[in-house]
Amino acid sequence: MSKKTYATAIRDVIAEEMRRDENVFVMGEDIELLGGIFGCTRDLYKEFGTDRIRNTPISEAAMVGAGVGAACAGMRPIVELMYMDFTLVAADQIINQAAKTRYIFGGKAKIPLVIRGQQGIGRGNAATHSQSLETIFMHFPGIKVACPSNAADAAGLLRTAIRDDNPVMFFEHKALYASKFEVPDDPDFCIPFGKAEIKRTGKDVTIVGSLLYVSRALEAAAELEKIGIDAEVIDPRTMVPFDMDTIIESVKKTGKLVVVHEAHKVAGWGAEVVSEVVDGAFKYLDAAPIHLGAKACPLPFNIELENAVVPSVQQIVEAAKKVCYR
Amino acid sequence: MISKERKFWIYEIMNKIRYFELKALRLFEENKLRGSVHLYAGEEAVAAAVCSQLTDDDYITSTHRGHGHCIAKGAELDKAMAELMGKETGYCKGRSGSMHIADFTKGNLGANAIVGGGIPIATGAALAAKLQKNDKVAVSFFGDGASNEGTFHESLNLAAVWKLPIIFVCENNGFGISVPVAQSTSVENISDRAVGYGIPGVTVDGNDVFAVYEAFETAVKRAKAGDGPTLIECKTYRTLGHWTGDPQTYRDKKDVEMWRDTKDPIQLFKKRLVDAGDFTAAELDEVEEAAKVEADAAAEFAINSPNPDPADVMDDVFYEA
Repeated sequence: MSKKTYATAIRDVIAEEMRRDENVFVMGEDIELLGGIFGCTRDLYKEFGTDRIRNTPISEAAMVGAGVGAACAGMRPIVELMYMDFTLVAADQIINQAAKTRYIFGGKAKIPLVIRGQQGIGRGNAATHSQSLETIFMHFPGIKVACPSNAADAAGLLRTAIRDDNPVMFFEHKALYASKFEVPDDPDFCIPFGKAEIKRTGKDVTIVGSLLYVSRALEAAAELEKIGIDAEVIDPRTMVPFDMDTIIESVKKTGKLVVVHEAHKVAGWGAEVVSEVVDGAFKYLDAAPIHLGAKACPLPFNIELENAVVPSVQQIVEAAKKVCYR
Repeated sequence: MISKERKFWIYEIMNKIRYFELKALRLFEENKLRGSVHLYAGEEAVAAAVCSQLTDDDYITSTHRGHGHCIAKGAELDKAMAELMGKETGYCKGRSGSMHIADFTKGNLGANAIVGGGIPIATGAALAAKLQKNDKVAVSFFGDGASNEGTFHESLNLAAVWKLPIIFVCENNGFGISVPVAQSTSVENISDRAVGYGIPGVTVDGNDVFAVYEAFETAVKRAKAGDGPTLIECKTYRTLGHWTGDPQTYRDKKDVEMWRDTKDPIQLFKKRLVDAGDFTAAELDEVEEAAKVEADAAAEFAINSPNPDPADVMDDVFYEA
């Protein structure tokens, strides 16, 4: 085990996979000498050269499309988008091309493509650079979606993503890059997709959160413990495939559910979790589940306004108390 | 100089495309075929002259009007027609229909129903060829309309900056559905846009096999030499509607008749071949007859093929090891 930041864990996995497989390469904006604005490719050009750590023009549709084409032709591209908000600039190439190519070609194509980058609040990047967009990409069959909440998960999930023969959207969180965590040194350390992690076991209420909201849910659980509520915290880790079974089993035990995410609440993935839990564990529920997410408002610049739009730890605590009738 | 064998191949492919398209139109009119079907009749010289210079290892991406590219890149008519009819025996097991036929074993990375959607994908295939240091080239076929999409401009720039082995082949057939090029496009020749990306751009008569062939030959040499992409604009004309049900209220019937009767690429090529003494008219008539028979047989094959089983509808969304 080595203690690493989330950013370093990502960088190390990219380097290890590039050493292991010469078909792996990275293209993105400012990834050569600058090493990416969050340092996820720092100095990699020195080892791998600028053919494989490749600066692109600011042309997101062409970058992602070139990733699809290179993947069809036997490469394993990693496309770094500086902000996952820019997926919207490349939306056709992701949604109409990468996601559908295998299916519409009758299963004859393999698209081993990773589209990775960061999203979310925390750096005052305002409305077009602070969104949480994992939900919208869950809607389109044919792409996998990963959301690591710590450095170890970032390492294990990214390695799985790079080795997967399907397109994977890899959503990092900008506020997590500097956070440190023990990461296994095993160069084959992979975390399978579709396996949620129970971050804290508890018997009174199930709290589901991802990315930044795993640590916030754990903070809320610590607060709840003080008043005698024993919360179970679950991190789905991947959104596609989504491990609904672990959540349903947990709710069968606790009888209560709070889902929280930074993505907008309206049609956010938390609604899907509530729907599935109602379907799969209705008779076990002791209270109506609560779904928390960002208000239906663009992310504002001012930090106090930004914090007012996304769910707070206190709101998670209050929601858990409410479903526990406290 | 095009070899005699290659001329024969081009003529044969042009006829296969033509009779495949006419058969597809007939099947559509007889309600045996449904969906969006965009026919390539009148534009055959481009696909045939270009693909005659490619091997199965070279890549193409195609368009919603993709049957011609697909056949010229080696597709069998029966599997292609079966796909148009949504049958299990089709190239994509009935998942794609007319607009997304692909055959990776022949380097066909697919027709693409999004205008301009295939251009960056071909660019990526060319990037793979460069990284893998092989001798492959990629060709992106697209229309005049796609040259107004962002992906066209992004891809030309990207391919130029990286000197990728790709040839951008624009089939300017005069209309984006109903809108004439002059109304949608800021330049007289789409090839003029190459200047903006520092690459050669050339406009040729897209109904002249020899003109397309020579321009493409030069472009392939440049691509294989590591000098980067070329934009070739082939001016041509769609002699049928945009789609099979197009009322064609936007153009003069006389124009259509003029192109069909005096500038048909197959007839022009046939005359050149006969005049040069390469083949007799009778020999070429045989090729035409064989194409008709093959298209009819493809239709029979498609009609008699089974539909896919709805129980399999979820197969192939993801690759599973």
